[in-house]
Amino acid sequence: MIATDADLAGIARDGEGPVFREPWEAQSFAMALALYRAGLFQWHEWATMLAEQIKRAQGAGDPDTGRTYYRHWQAALERMIVERGLSDAHTIDRYRRAWKRAARRTPHGVPIELMPEDFRRQRDRP
Amino acid sequence: MGDDHKHDHEHPDHSQLGEMQARVRALESILTEKGYVDRSTLDLIVDTYETKVGPRNGARIVARSWTDPEFKARLLSDATAAANSLGFPNPVGAHLIAVENTPQTHNLVVCTLCSCYPWEVLGLPPVWYKSAPYRSRAVIEPRAVLAEFGVELPENTRIRVWDSTAETRFLVLPMRPPGTEGWSEQRLADLVTRDSMIGAGLVRGP
Repeated sequence: MIATDADLAGIARDGEGPVFREPWEAQSFAMALALYRAGLFQWHEWATMLAEQIKRAQGAGDPDTGRTYYRHWQAALERMIVERGLSDAHTIDRYRRAWKRAARRTPHGVPIELMPEDFRRQRDRP
Repeated sequence: MGDDHKHDHEHPDHSQLGEMQARVRALESILTEKGYVDRSTLDLIVDTYETKVGPRNGARIVARSWTDPEFKARLLSDATAAANSLGFPNPVGAHLIAVENTPQTHNLVVCTLCSCYPWEVLGLPPVWYKSAPYRSRAVIEPRAVLAEFGVELPENTRIRVWDSTAETRFLVLPMRPPGTEGWSEQRLADLVTRDSMIGAGLVRGP
């Protein structure tokens, strides 16, 4: 699908603006680069994975305006990590829920840290 | 499991992690615990891309090639090595290729698949570069896309669109604007915009 002129004009001028809009984007970017540098995948393999992820998201209705780019990046990274056997989907999800749990027990303004108890009784929470 | 309970309650004024934040932290924990990456490496990468790498690197390359014909010849024959000689690292997994704008030919860079981009010399890509409209339209109707960026080219200027891949990244060498004769490399570099090195802009004179 081709967007109208207005679509592009609206996003064409962003100066030399911020490279990451949120810290997690930077962290996700850095992890992929670090794994590549550690020799865990070739760059063309990464580009293929990312392109597939973008295509899949587009198919699922993502407007693909560039603002969701690092979401696709993160999803591609998760897939690459599973594919290379560095971890598995279950473990990734367990850690994700543990982090959310850690946030909920941490007072606002205090750095959130992951503790062993955050992994317990995970079935209680989504 | 009653003992768990005291750890389990929500703090009344608790923190929140968004879905993406939680997913990113999950991977970070797993990868650092297993020793695949370490936190200081990650911090260094983030710091480099947030503060040290950016379009100023590319601007230095462009300004040097405007003032040093021998450097320009090297840039056009092997941009990876030429960029290296100015102290810029090799592009991630790729060759850098410099394409020169002339009155006859204007070059425009796109990555139709996934936004490959010469980070080491231009920093990270702008949002529009990653958008579907740019990725598709730059190939189909480059002249209309350029017009929206405020770039009006003479009718007889040919537009070449370069589609980046994981192996090849492109740096556009824009035309030196008139009225800059005798300028220092630094002063010239200050004129060079990021967009001009993607081909989505021209370098304007004083």
